[in-house]
Amino acid sequence: MSLLLAKAESGFEPPSAADFEFQPIFGNSIYFTKPVFMVFLSVLVISVFFITSARKAAIVPSRMQFAGESVYGFVRKTIGEEVIGPEFMRFMPFLFSLFTFVLVNNLFGIFPLLQFPTMSRIGFPISITICTYLVYHFVSVKHKGLLPYLKEICFMPGIPKPVYLILTPVEIATYFITRPLTLAMRLFANMFAGHLLLLIFTLGGEYLLHGGLIFKFMSIFSFSFAIGLTFFEFGIQCLQAYIFTLLSALYIAGALADEH
Amino acid sequence: MNKSFSILAAAESTHSPVVPQPAEIIVGLVAFTILFLLLRAKAVPKFEAAYKSRTDAIQGGMERAEKAQLEAENALRSYTAQLAEARGEAQKLREEARVEGAEIIEQMRTTAQEEASRITTAARAAIEAERQQALNSLVSEVGSIATALASKIVGESLDDQVRQSRVVERFLSDLESNSEAKK
Repeated sequence: MSLLLAKAESGFEPPSAADFEFQPIFGNSIYFTKPVFMVFLSVLVISVFFITSARKAAIVPSRMQFAGESVYGFVRKTIGEEVIGPEFMRFMPFLFSLFTFVLVNNLFGIFPLLQFPTMSRIGFPISITICTYLVYHFVSVKHKGLLPYLKEICFMPGIPKPVYLILTPVEIATYFITRPLTLAMRLFANMFAGHLLLLIFTLGGEYLLHGGLIFKFMSIFSFSFAIGLTFFEFGIQCLQAYIFTLLSALYIAGALADEH
Repeated sequence: MNKSFSILAAAESTHSPVVPQPAEIIVGLVAFTILFLLLRAKAVPKFEAAYKSRTDAIQGGMERAEKAQLEAENALRSYTAQLAEARGEAQKLREEARVEGAEIIEQMRTTAQEEASRITTAARAAIEAERQQALNSLVSEVGSIATALASKIVGESLDDQVRQSRVVERFLSDLESNSEAKK
C-alpha cells in the first residue's frame, strides 16, 4: 500500500472502488449498466450453449454435446452425487445453474472486451445467496418440519444443557447470518480483489509507459505480471464458482440429513 | 498523503462496494431464475436422458455379448458332443464291417472248400467208374483173346515146328492189328 501511495504522490491514480461503478449505458436508469447487461449476457450464453449441446442427447455425443456433458457431469458427480447423496437429482438443475451462472460471470473478468467480473458487484452474489438460503431452509422445513428444524438448530441433541448458553446463539447465527454472509462475501471479495489487482498492474503499466525510458522498460514487468495474474485469476474464478456451488450443496445436504 | 485522502473521499462520495444496490439484487434474482428455469426445462433432462440411454446401451451391449457368448459355448458343446457321437458311430460301423467282412470271407472259403471237395469226389467217382468199365472190358477181352488163342492152338495141331511158329506169329499179328483197330 505504501508503494501505491508513493506512486500516487507522483501523480498515479491507483484504481479504487470507484472503478467498479458504472454509469448507465443509456438514460439514467440503474437497470442499464454494464454489469446488468453482462448478467443477462451470461444467461443468454449459458442457456444457448447448454440447450444446444443437450438438444440431441445422442448416445455418441458430438464435440459440443461432449463439452456440455463434461461440465454437467462435473457438477453432477463431484458436487451433486458426492455431497448430497442419493437424493441429489432433485437439486441438479439448481446446482448446475448456480455453477454455470457464477462461473461465466466470473470468467467475464478476464474475457477480452468485457473484462469485468460481474460478481464483484455485491448485489449479484447476494441475489444468488438468497436463492441458496431459501432453498436450504425450505428443504429443511419440508424434510423435518418447521418446529423440529428450529429445535435442532437451537438445541443440538446430545449436548450437556449448560453448553446451550453458548451454542444456541452460535448455531442460530450460523444458520441465519454467517452462512449467507460468508457465501456472498467470499465470492464478492475474491472477484473484487482479483479485479483490483489486475487493474493495478495494467493501469500501472500504462502509466509507466508515459514516463522516461527506464519507466517504459519497467512497464514490461508490470504488464507481464498482469498477464500472469490473469491466469491466476482464471484459476480463482473457476475455484470460486466451484466453492459457491459446493457450499450450497453442503447446506442442502445438511438440510436433508436426519441427524445434525 | 493529501492524495490518498482525496482518494478516500472519492471512494466515499461514490457507492461503497460492500453495500448492495437493490436494483442489482433484483436483476440477479431475475436473471438467475430465468437461467434456472431454462436449464431445468431444456438442458438437465436432456443430459440425464443421454446419460441414461448411454448407460442402457453399454449395459445392453454387455448383456447381449454375454448372451452371445453363452450361445456360442452351448453350440460348441453340442457340436463336440455330436462329433464324438459321430466318431463312435463310425467306429462301430467299421467294426461291424470288419466282422461282416470276416464272416463273408469265412463263408466263401467254406463254400469254395465244399465245391472243391464236391468236384474232387465227382472226379474220383468218374475215374472209378471208368476204371471199372476198363477192367470189365479188359476181362471180357482177355477172356475172348485167350479163348481165341486156345482154339487156334487147339485147331491147328502142332505138327511141325514151322506151322507152330507160323500160327503163333499170325496170332500175334492178329492181336496187334486187333489192338490197333481197337485204338
